[in-house]
Amino acid sequence: MNKNREPAATTLLIGTKKGAWCLTLGSDRQLRQLTGPMHLGAVVSHYVEDPRRPGYQLMAVGSGHLGPSVFVSTDAGETWRESTQPPAFAPVGSTARAVDHVFWLTPGHASQPDVWYAGTSPQGLFRSNDGGMSWQEVVGLNHLAEFVDWRGGDKDGTPDGPKLHSVIVDPADARHLLIGMSSGGIFESHDEGETWRPLNKGVAMDFYPPKEDGSEYEYGHDPHCVVMHPVHSNRLYHQNHCGIYRMDRDKGETWQRIGDNMPVEIGDIGFPMLVHPRDPETIWVFPMDGSGQWPRTSPQGKPAVYRSHDGGMSWQRLDKGFPVSQAWWTVKRQCMAVDSHDQTGVYLGTTNGQIWGSFDSGDSWQGLAMDLPQIYSVEVAERAE
Amino acid sequence: MNITVTLPSQLDDYTGAQRHLVLSLPVNTLTLAGVLDALELKFPGLRFRVVDEHQRIRRHIAMFVGETLVHDLTVPVPDGGRIQIVGALSGG
Repeated sequence: MNKNREPAATTLLIGTKKGAWCLTLGSDRQLRQLTGPMHLGAVVSHYVEDPRRPGYQLMAVGSGHLGPSVFVSTDAGETWRESTQPPAFAPVGSTARAVDHVFWLTPGHASQPDVWYAGTSPQGLFRSNDGGMSWQEVVGLNHLAEFVDWRGGDKDGTPDGPKLHSVIVDPADARHLLIGMSSGGIFESHDEGETWRPLNKGVAMDFYPPKEDGSEYEYGHDPHCVVMHPVHSNRLYHQNHCGIYRMDRDKGETWQRIGDNMPVEIGDIGFPMLVHPRDPETIWVFPMDGSGQWPRTSPQGKPAVYRSHDGGMSWQRLDKGFPVSQAWWTVKRQCMAVDSHDQTGVYLGTTNGQIWGSFDSGDSWQGLAMDLPQIYSVEVAERAE
Repeated sequence: MNITVTLPSQLDDYTGAQRHLVLSLPVNTLTLAGVLDALELKFPGLRFRVVDEHQRIRRHIAMFVGETLVHDLTVPVPDGGRIQIVGALSGG
């Protein structure tokens, strides 16, 4: 493997319930600095750097009072400009939804350097053609007649609102998009968002009664986090409300529940999911307690990452360095990230404001920042010095 | 017509921390919507922070005309009137 492409510096972009921070590690993986806060007091649901343009960053910012917005930085977070036209819904028929918060940000395809996508709560998909300064609805989805049924009603959302997340642009095809909706399911478009179809075959939906004719529901599922391998884009994974799944598009369009291979006492419920940047067989999840009243904590108060090197056929518990008991935090869906080092760095942010890192692919963990507000997102930005 | 406006700290990033001002408006600015339009001209971006895309006052923002809590932007505003925009306690 070519050691020369190792990044000189790795920065974790951290969104929290009360603002955003940057945590920078040197090439020696030593902590260089923790900088921030940015937008202190505001909810930062997602903070993302553009891989096409180092230093260009977008931040989804909300507030208890002031509604949703997107901020843009061209200098790696030194200064910020607010979007002149944040995501907003036009009325559809007699329905007039309002964006509560921007939840997800995804840079567009490498061939479209000014394009970004945003997912919102309640569920909506938006596109920017000017680097995030102004946003337009993807009307092929938001105004689609079936969309009302796909996204469900008030009882089908997460506790802090239904969300459109996991906006994926296929690196092999700029026109191929995937989205996840909680609730709603997974949907894809092959024409850059003009038309959409469900992609939920094989996914359990324990929170709805079985259909009397034994058939599957086409939509209404609750994917928590969907990932596509960045090189082998036929390989998809997703962590669902009802299990962990994998799909190989070249073999069919039915999800396979690889979470059945997790230890029974841990289960296969959780929020985040990661795939290795080069090896499509290597994945990580962070299970949570989805039993009883759904406490959404680490199972038995013993946090652990689970990793598979064989596409989910077998799993390995990774808890070295984490508290051994009485640690009742968990990890939200945007809060795990991976870097591109040969010795893969894996990072996670917790619901009690901690950032943990592993520099050996998850084998062992160390605390990098322990006293931030509740973590809402963690993304990696890498660059040569 | 002159309208006195009081703004909350939550809008400091838009107003430069100006909390009180008197707007001199054309006499046909008779509603709260007209006052917000004038505020938007003076402080770009402010309007969408307090009113959503369907002209509804945001859930955790309260607006008073005089001493009256109002719920929509069609409320008349008299010459010499007072507008107060508040970050509601419900917003945390």
